[in-house]
Amino acid sequence: MKKLIAVLLVAVLAFAFAACGGKTKEEPATGAEPASNAAQPATDAAAALTEEASQADLVIDASNIMTHEEFLAAPMQSPVTVETYVQAKQSWWEGKGTFYTQAKDGAYFLYEMPCTQEEYDLLTEGTQIIVTGYKAEWSGEIEITEAKFEIVEDGDTYIADATDVTAMLGTDELAAHMNEKVSFKGMTVEASKDGNGNEAAFLYKYDGSGQDGDDLYFQVSKDGQTYTFTVESYLTGAGTDVYEAVKALKVGDVIDMDGFLYWYNGANPHITAVSAAA
Amino acid sequence: MRSAKKLLCLLLCAAALALTLSGCHGGRQTIAFDLPDTFDDSREYEITFWAKNDTNKQQTNVYEKAIADFEKLYPNIHITLRLYTDYGRIYNDVITNLSTNTTPNVCITYPDHIATYLTGEDTVVPLDSLFENKKYGFGGSELRFDGPSRDEMIDKVLDECAISGTHYAIPYMRSTEALYVNVDMLRSLGYELPEIVTWNFIWEAAEKAAVKNPDGTYAVNGQKTMLPFIYKSTDNMMIQMLRQKGADYSTAAGDVLLFNDETRALLEEIAGHVKTGSFSTFKISSYPANFLNAGQCLFAVDSTAGASWMGTNATHSDISKDQLVDFEIAVRPIPQFDPDNPQMISQGPSMCVFNKSDPQEVLASWLFAQFMLTNDVQLGYAKTEGYVPVTKKAQESEAYQDYLSRSGEDNDLYYSVKLDATKLLLDNIDKTFVTPVFNGSASVRDAAGQLIENVSLAVLRKQYSKAYMDRLFGDVKSLYRLDQIQSDGTMTKQALGPLPAMSKGLIAAIAAVWVGIGVYLIVDRIKQRKFKQNAY
Repeated sequence: MKKLIAVLLVAVLAFAFAACGGKTKEEPATGAEPASNAAQPATDAAAALTEEASQADLVIDASNIMTHEEFLAAPMQSPVTVETYVQAKQSWWEGKGTFYTQAKDGAYFLYEMPCTQEEYDLLTEGTQIIVTGYKAEWSGEIEITEAKFEIVEDGDTYIADATDVTAMLGTDELAAHMNEKVSFKGMTVEASKDGNGNEAAFLYKYDGSGQDGDDLYFQVSKDGQTYTFTVESYLTGAGTDVYEAVKALKVGDVIDMDGFLYWYNGANPHITAVSAAA
Repeated sequence: MRSAKKLLCLLLCAAALALTLSGCHGGRQTIAFDLPDTFDDSREYEITFWAKNDTNKQQTNVYEKAIADFEKLYPNIHITLRLYTDYGRIYNDVITNLSTNTTPNVCITYPDHIATYLTGEDTVVPLDSLFENKKYGFGGSELRFDGPSRDEMIDKVLDECAISGTHYAIPYMRSTEALYVNVDMLRSLGYELPEIVTWNFIWEAAEKAAVKNPDGTYAVNGQKTMLPFIYKSTDNMMIQMLRQKGADYSTAAGDVLLFNDETRALLEEIAGHVKTGSFSTFKISSYPANFLNAGQCLFAVDSTAGASWMGTNATHSDISKDQLVDFEIAVRPIPQFDPDNPQMISQGPSMCVFNKSDPQEVLASWLFAQFMLTNDVQLGYAKTEGYVPVTKKAQESEAYQDYLSRSGEDNDLYYSVKLDATKLLLDNIDKTFVTPVFNGSASVRDAAGQLIENVSLAVLRKQYSKAYMDRLFGDVKSLYRLDQIQSDGTMTKQALGPLPAMSKGLIAAIAAVWVGIGVYLIVDRIKQRKFKQNAY
């Protein structure tokens, strides 16, 4: 019995010492890669209320799935239900994930869809899902917000082929491919000017005010017209092939690109692959 | 011998209890900052500075130059800059790093955020003793730079950095919100722009601007898109409306008074204008400048620190040149309920210094933070946007007065809209206010804006009803845990959430050991009695 007491006392002491131990040498967590298990300030709830309040009214109705055409025709802020396939995703952050999805008749951008880290991990490329949310538009980008989703049981997979939209740049026709997986062929890297007036092949943030790890902005031209493309750091951040490839670009390079046709006051593709023009 | 064993057992138990209790207290090693007598410049210091910029290259230039200039004066202090474009991200990252004591040394922040940081022990350095220190305080004898003296700090602005009477930050820049107006469009609707614009004026003109032609285009601009009135920060919108009305919001003691009849009346008014399409918000639509500059907005409220984005000739623009329209722009104070008594919010970044186990490192941090108040830095940063320097020394300097006098000389450094916005704050500094700061005040602020966002979305989604409004306050209170803030500004225990499994296990182990000890002592006592009885 005495031995048992002694063992228990030692165990308690060990627990106590363990609890005293501080984590003094951990690397700081920063905004570039959100710490998923971080202590959450009260502001985390900022966007959640709307989701809670409105989601209570949203029910995923698999028998009422819209076509892409019907989705486009739906009024802004109306509830929509679509069946679509995950193509790519931005990093999970505070209980939400942002997804680039596409069905065979059109694409859907799911902005900050509530999901757990585990659910986010399950939503891999090609996964078939049914999504119910609100149709919204922010700076021209048509998206689905505050969505609920379910993975289609025994569903098929679909990974979209990139549509070559190079010839549609600068035309109204391009918007019809909003959020789709697209490609651009034979475009020439042009000099971008930073906020100091210095020229570079790419900028960290749109005016060069950022740092490594931030979004990359670069300009490419075709047939005398110049367009601004982006490497979205939450989709493909520092260290990814595309991020490093864009950092290695030189003015005058002729390149092919793949990406998603995001919209911000006009076409603002999120580029996911860059290679020398074939 | 038996007594000695008992004593040893008791000592062990006491030690175990003491250590377990201290273990529960947490793992941080920092102790309260004790200002050293002398700065030890024989050592090297690595200081991290988390700063915010407005996606503005000139601002990052100012930070980088400030660091380079400071490092020339203090070659043993090395500053690493991390840039953010969002105060919320800084806040989240600081919260994340507090638990591991990996906070930055110096951080751009808001007092509301500091109040949350202070829930940890000795996290943020109280600065009052540093302010007054003869060697290293304001105008101190050992400073290697010409910083402001205490008298050259602006009391009103400095005091915005005090929490419960203690200064935990120094101001860096100040701004307020401004109303940016498309004057041509306003005139086309039959109005002249007054010096002080009332809320009634705003709503009336915005309603007129929302009128559509039979073909679905808007009469006022002939375009398919028109957002007559758009507000960037709905937090500020609600806070300022309540202040102007003399209505409750919160108290310094931490009483949350936001959810009142006046708030509901304001929300109902706003809902009406959302329904007619005359009002929208940044979160729902986009940046006000994008719509204003495209001729799709009559009134835009945004920070004076966003002035360089406003207008046909704006220094910065997010829309293509073919979308820009040519129009006359005017800058006014935000809309008012009582034009004879205008009130507007004081905002803008401040800087705090995080505590570290090495007081010399903290002193090095303070030296750098104070260097950010020197005229070169203050003027350099203030000129990048509609910011105002926070020291009299900078505001009264010849260089700053020259800058203010050159409005309109170009569309960059001397961009007229930016300078008009700057002067708006300089002329109205006595009419600015801040909200009470306490642990949870950042959540109250967020909740104020969320009420407007939610009501606006509810209208657009055809969910707006009396029942919705009856639910709204409760939902928002619960969501932001505002029902868990006590009157002294602290959060109740429920706010901390359930105990982690490790803690539960530890408590269970302690309880088991004490039960075991008790059982052992009782059994031992019984055995002893039996032994003694048998012995007799």
